[in-house]
Amino acid sequence: MSQNPKTLFQKIWDNHVVAEEPGAPAVLYIDLHLVHEVTSPQAFSVLKERGLKVLRPDRTVATMDHSIPTKGGYEAADEMGRIQLRLLEANAIAHGVRIYGLNSVQRGIVHVIGPEQGFTQPGMTIVCGDSHTSTHGAFGSLGFGIGTSEVGHVLATQCLLQRKARTCEVRVDGALRPGVTAKDIILAVLAKIGVGGGTGHVFEYTGSAIRALDMEGRMTVCNMSIEGGARAGMVAPDDKTFNYVAGREFAPKGAAWDQAVARWRQLPTDQGASYDKTVTLDAHSLEPMVTFGTNPGQGVAITQPLPLPSSLADAAERAGLEKSLAYMKFEAGKPILGQPVDVVFLGSCTNSRLVDLRAAAHLLRGRKVASSVKMMVVPGSQSVKQAAEAEGLDKIFKEAGADWREAGCSMCIAMNGDQLSPGQLAVSTSNRNFEGRQGKGGRTVLASPLTAVATAVAGCIADPRVLLNGGQS
Amino acid sequence: MSAPKFTTLTARCVVLANNDVDTDQIIPARFLKVTDKLGLGEKLFCDWRYHDDGSPNPAFILNQAEAKGAQILVAGNNFGCGSSREHAPWALVGWGFQAVISPMFADIFKGNSLKNGLIPVVIQPAAHAALLAARAKNHDLPVTVDLRASTVAWPGQDPISFPIDPFSRACLLDGVDELGYLQKFAGQAQAYEARHA
Ligand code: SF4
Repeated sequence: MSQNPKTLFQKIWDNHVVAEEPGAPAVLYIDLHLVHEVTSPQAFSVLKERGLKVLRPDRTVATMDHSIPTKGGYEAADEMGRIQLRLLEANAIAHGVRIYGLNSVQRGIVHVIGPEQGFTQPGMTIVCGDSHTSTHGAFGSLGFGIGTSEVGHVLATQCLLQRKARTCEVRVDGALRPGVTAKDIILAVLAKIGVGGGTGHVFEYTGSAIRALDMEGRMTVCNMSIEGGARAGMVAPDDKTFNYVAGREFAPKGAAWDQAVARWRQLPTDQGASYDKTVTLDAHSLEPMVTFGTNPGQGVAITQPLPLPSSLADAAERAGLEKSLAYMKFEAGKPILGQPVDVVFLGSCTNSRLVDLRAAAHLLRGRKVASSVKMMVVPGSQSVKQAAEAEGLDKIFKEAGADWREAGCSMCIAMNGDQLSPGQLAVSTSNRNFEGRQGKGGRTVLASPLTAVATAVAGCIADPRVLLNGGQS
Repeated sequence: MSAPKFTTLTARCVVLANNDVDTDQIIPARFLKVTDKLGLGEKLFCDWRYHDDGSPNPAFILNQAEAKGAQILVAGNNFGCGSSREHAPWALVGWGFQAVISPMFADIFKGNSLKNGLIPVVIQPAAHAALLAARAKNHDLPVTVDLRASTVAWPGQDPISFPIDPFSRACLLDGVDELGYLQKFAGQAQAYEARHA
């Protein structure tokens, strides 16, 4: 046991403090700054007003993901979207920042391409004007979302003013049962702690169930840390992490790789280090999870009845549950299984990587999307799309009747024209079920890719374990 | 553009006490295509504030007479959760709010608010309940947010201290620009880079 045991978070923090004045937040060095079209225009404007340049264009990467079309063709849905995309392009060129633009064959959702291209590495501080920057913590980095003012700070100084967060260990032990996935783990964590439960904290996910996840699964879990109020979620790096990073375009090579891995091996939390709090979950007892309300903490096991407002003692919580159920047009106490669904969305930075598409396609093979359901499959990046097509996954989706699209955020945030109509119910593999998130008046149930496929086939919310057992659902 | 300043404010308030109001409700994503900060106040709480045909929803608080001229929002627990969009405080400030009072704010929203002169006032649930009760009795209840003292008060209530990051507080009181402050560390940042090259 080391003399001064530290957590993974503490190590990365200590390693990045540039300065700290009494009474002021730490000046934290940022290794990687990811930029997208929606949250950067006003930050670049500040640089322009002050005659500043991007200090480290080599540590800055821009991508277009939120407003881009997924139907092929390269026209954004509307004039404002077009202006925003063109502005990002112009800003990137003016400042010498690498950009994955509309014509890039590697473009995609910022939190998919960061790891995919090897930008995301263990031990780094990573920020983006985007709350799901927590995704990158899956690699044992400290990734968190910032506001646009802070985007300007990082562009101009490569530093950020930060107060140190508290730490919360989220320990998940036990083996997942068939049909239960990383998405179900995180939805269960959120159902347990609520959407504010992690406020002020950074999560570190530990335990045998987390170690057993592949990198994609760890990204799914870390991605939704912000849905629990934690700005960052982390997993200690291990051989799986190093194997994922190895050989990617921007990963260290040769002797630099060996040195990096030696450094990265020092990152995991020391024995004896303590967290400010701990939450535990038994993976083996989990079932597929779905949300039923209008925030990601309102989730239940798919076989369970919806909660009764009368079971809540707190008046504000009761009112919140009633309001959510009314918006969703769901009835308290009734099962959620069997609710007819209009749209199934497979995509977003939570669940749009190759392994997600593979798992979904495997379950869908030889089956059909119900005639009442419109299913959209949106790969997380063009690289994912190409790899999926090389394996023939696109054919499985298309033959089943699903729509196979170009990469982007798409219906996760409904800024590009892909959206629900008022009243429509979607099962979505994305991360937010807020009112109108997928289109004004739309209703969203969050679930895993497996549950999404089972639902698409059945035409109503369905348990994927039935299909896995060979049933026709 | 100068840094926002704030010292003290006495103003009427409006109540939106739902818990877990997310930034997608404060300003829906379809309004994030702007390249400046203008006009967002008109879209604040858009999907609660307007019917589908664009007409104001009279049941929503901001469309009621009592909201006119209010500068303080009394919100529920975990206000501003979800997306990191700074458009949320831009929209609140654009409407005319200068402070939000809640038992708890989401972290990113709180940071973004402080950078825009919107004071996130955190008070205990009991004080929050007392404020709601006082406001229910008097729709014109004047509430005072004093940043120098870091207190909030209303008639019949002694000033209650609220926690606020001392650095952010000093920046707001003196109009200090955070980017300017950060730039002073350029030499140290360079030395850091040299050490970690
Ligand atoms: S996929 Fe959704 S959550 Fe992820 S970055 Fe895009 S809009 Fe945000």
